Amino acid sequence: MAAAPHPASRPSVRRLASDNPAAVLTLVFIGLFVATDIINRAQGDGAFLTLKQVSTTFLYAAVLGLMAAGQTLVMLTGGVDLSVATTATTGAFVISRFGTHGSAEAILIALAVGLGIGLVNGIGIALFRVNALIMTLGISTITLGLLTVQAQKQFTALVPNFVVTLGSARFLTYVPYDLLVWGPVAAVIILGLRYSGIGRMIYAVGDNPVASRLAGVRNWQVLLVVYALCGMLAAASGILLVGFNNAADLGIGSPFLLPSVAAVVIGGTSIFGGLGGYAGTILGALILTVLDSLLTILNASQALRQIIYGLIVLALAAIYARATAGGD
Amino acid sequence: MSSTTVAGTATPPSTSRSVRILRRHGWTIGVFLLLIALVFYWRGQTTLKWGPFDVQSLAIDALPLCFAACGQAIVILSGGIDLSIGSMMALVNVVSARVMLHMSFRDAVLSSIVIVLGAALVGAAIGLTIVVTRVADIIVTLAMLFVLGGLALAVLEVPGGGAPTRYQNLVTLDTVLTHWLPSALVILFGAYTLMWLTVRRTRVGLALYAIGSNRNAAYLAGVNVPATRVLAYAYSGAFGALGGLALTAASGLGDPNAGGIYTLNSVAAVVLGGVSLLGGVGGLIGPICAAFVLTLVKTVLILRGVDQNYAQVIQGALIVLVVMIGGLVVRQKGKS
Repeated sequence: MAAAPHPASRPSVRRLASDNPAAVLTLVFIGLFVATDIINRAQGDGAFLTLKQVSTTFLYAAVLGLMAAGQTLVMLTGGVDLSVATTATTGAFVISRFGTHGSAEAILIALAVGLGIGLVNGIGIALFRVNALIMTLGISTITLGLLTVQAQKQFTALVPNFVVTLGSARFLTYVPYDLLVWGPVAAVIILGLRYSGIGRMIYAVGDNPVASRLAGVRNWQVLLVVYALCGMLAAASGILLVGFNNAADLGIGSPFLLPSVAAVVIGGTSIFGGLGGYAGTILGALILTVLDSLLTILNASQALRQIIYGLIVLALAAIYARATAGGD
Repeated sequence: MSSTTVAGTATPPSTSRSVRILRRHGWTIGVFLLLIALVFYWRGQTTLKWGPFDVQSLAIDALPLCFAACGQAIVILSGGIDLSIGSMMALVNVVSARVMLHMSFRDAVLSSIVIVLGAALVGAAIGLTIVVTRVADIIVTLAMLFVLGGLALAVLEVPGGGAPTRYQNLVTLDTVLTHWLPSALVILFGAYTLMWLTVRRTRVGLALYAIGSNRNAAYLAGVNVPATRVLAYAYSGAFGALGGLALTAASGLGDPNAGGIYTLNSVAAVVLGGVSLLGGVGGLIGPICAAFVLTLVKTVLILRGVDQNYAQVIQGALIVLVVMIGGLVVRQKGKS
């Protein structure tokens, strides 16, 4: 196989990139932002590189960031969760269904339902050893079917004001409220992965399940926790999403499925597990969000958007794989 | 060493031939029996006289999924996965419906061949991307799901186009020899024989199994791993195209969103059909039977008056349950 041998002494750009993946991602993010700014100015729509737009980017990115948080945990164990989008939709639906009961109750139920869906995934994958792809796709089909049936029933849909504020408003002019959710979650995940026992076990299971089992880790417990957390985080992202849109529909979560995987991959987490972290994913989510703004500014048709989006995700993943892969 | 030991488990020579066949193809036989049982149940449920027409309609409904399952199975056998197959079907569906609108039957058939070859090239390009960039299969094909889906939307934004009536009849009306043998089935098994059966036992076919079973060992044994991986995706493109053409013939329309369900369902059919997602184990007959089972389950449920959405739920639950039981069986085997 043609592995690219690189003399360790040569300080190439590639080496620099492989040592500081976060720096490279930050550069890509800033580069995209500047490109968007230039295009926006060229179209005569004024500057894009403003505090307001930076704030909006973070506001938009929080939904993807939360969904990709669970996805990061799952992918660190070497799995993938393709049910996050429908779980988010479920979270959104629960909020609008139980909105009349008050926001606290609605949010708790939504998170509990998300946790439940995640647990079912986890039981199938950890205890019955079902392939993660199949299990989560199957659960996603089941959830969407049940949701569709529920959506046909009559109920007063109400998104509580608290949720709307959380998902769409800002304080101090520029700080989106959803950062109050995303920030702490991000801190807990980044620190937890690095310092807590379960955090280290997640890496161990992903890196080498046999070795981790022999070292005394109960792999199935780790997997169960990870998928349950992923379900809950997906539901949390659904709560922010319904707050932003102010109404739930059956397709509310689905546009985030590919981006949730893409953000993790762009962020440098290996799909084979054991390598990566949440900091990269956050940058991945921000990059994808700016990319989305760029496509909106370019006034691209749905067809063109999809094509460009797919190609850019592919290109970023390829560049990143090349920059970080030492051997293979 | 017989040629199939690459795919199946090695069995002691003392066991009799029938036991060996049963052990190796047990899962496929099980799925086939499930299909037969379902057909009889279905026959019992229909109030009108059950006959050739019902067989015909089942074949029409199942044909696109059968082709998708074949393509997906070959990729999974070789150790990859193709999440873009649904969009490939949609793209071929809209392209064919657009070009065939005012064509004669002969031209429609000829352009079908061109489209299948073209799709195989697109599939090969996807495989080449995976090999060259070294990005995981699932990421590249997930991105291509979007790219091909976008192209389908660019070709035809809303459902439209058409195909010559005789071309449609090829799938929806014609039968071969007896009323009980719809031509859709003949086309399916014709494609299976031509594209897979002739290749399976050759060097190339064995290479596909070998790289799915153990890529390093295959490489050391002299298999051209990158080329074989590209070939697997070319197969997926070609079978995906046949699935898309089947959609065109069955509906007489091109619909850019027609492919949506086939990515998930093709993976489900492959897993139900006894192909290991780890690669190297299984064949195409199992997935084809499983595609019929999945189609028939939905038909029967809707026939019984179950809400279409509940039918989806039950179908999903069935997939998950079967795979769970499969996982348990494998674990028990490992213990004993």
